[in-house]
Amino acid sequence: MSESDVATHGHGAALMEGSPYAIPSRKLTMWLFIISDAVTFGALLFGYGYLRTASSDWPAPFKFNPSILNVMIMTFILITSSLTMLGAVDSAKAGNKAKANRFLWSTILLGVIFAGLHIREWFALIDDGVRLFQNPWGSPLFGATFFSITGLHLLHVVCGVVAIAVVARGYTRGRLTAGHVEITGLYWHFVDLVWMFVVPLVYLLNLSR
Amino acid sequence: MTTSGTSGNVIAKYLPVYFVLLGIAGLEFFLAYRNFSTGSLLAILLALAVCGGALAVLYFMHLAQERRSLFLTLIPALIFVLIMMNMIWSDSLRLLHMRPFAH
Repeated sequence: MSESDVATHGHGAALMEGSPYAIPSRKLTMWLFIISDAVTFGALLFGYGYLRTASSDWPAPFKFNPSILNVMIMTFILITSSLTMLGAVDSAKAGNKAKANRFLWSTILLGVIFAGLHIREWFALIDDGVRLFQNPWGSPLFGATFFSITGLHLLHVVCGVVAIAVVARGYTRGRLTAGHVEITGLYWHFVDLVWMFVVPLVYLLNLSR
Repeated sequence: MTTSGTSGNVIAKYLPVYFVLLGIAGLEFFLAYRNFSTGSLLAILLALAVCGGALAVLYFMHLAQERRSLFLTLIPALIFVLIMMNMIWSDSLRLLHMRPFAH
């Protein structure tokens, strides 16, 4: 019996109404978390847009080399990590534990590389004099918005890497199921999705020409 | 639970979406270095980001394979909230024009 069967026709079927979504409750919970997190990132990006529009001297510090080149590599890595995560989910559903494990650890490796590049980008900006409430170029709020948005995203990446490692270990040992891998995958794809909005709004609109 | 793939060629079916997402990202980087006004560039980049995000949600997150009720519960509510956040813009522009040096 699949998890969705349990959800709709399971032990409490005689007492409880079936799920209108035909998905396990933990998957619905992850979807609800993703939607609420999307609103959080939306609010941060709108707040950033508000400050940027209201400032006449918003800095444009991102040069092609190293910043934009770095972000291009980071984008490639994150989208590729979504592909490896899909491989892990499909392999887990097909019952191929070894293959799922290889894909999961590939995703972790890509996530760690992404985080490393992100931190390198931060250190480069800090070396240039960017702080939370000051920078050498213009509006002092640039640092606050940049570090808040990219920092929250980096936190999501780090949490995702830890979560995937825990799930990979649990799945290999038989404590966790393919459903857990799928739900972790949902989260990881969301992290990728957020980056698709952070790059154009935070980096590409502030290019140094 | 969504339909599962075979273990033989697990990622091949997602490769088209993967390449489209890479293409969208590449196009964004390319357009950012063209001579667009900030407003036009913002609109173009946002439109591309929404396309990329929709592909990721529908195919990578498999929302296209779930029951439509899940989509209708989650996505319209999210879009409504995000649209409501747009009420800040008039105040943001007012702040810009009220600055002493903005004549």
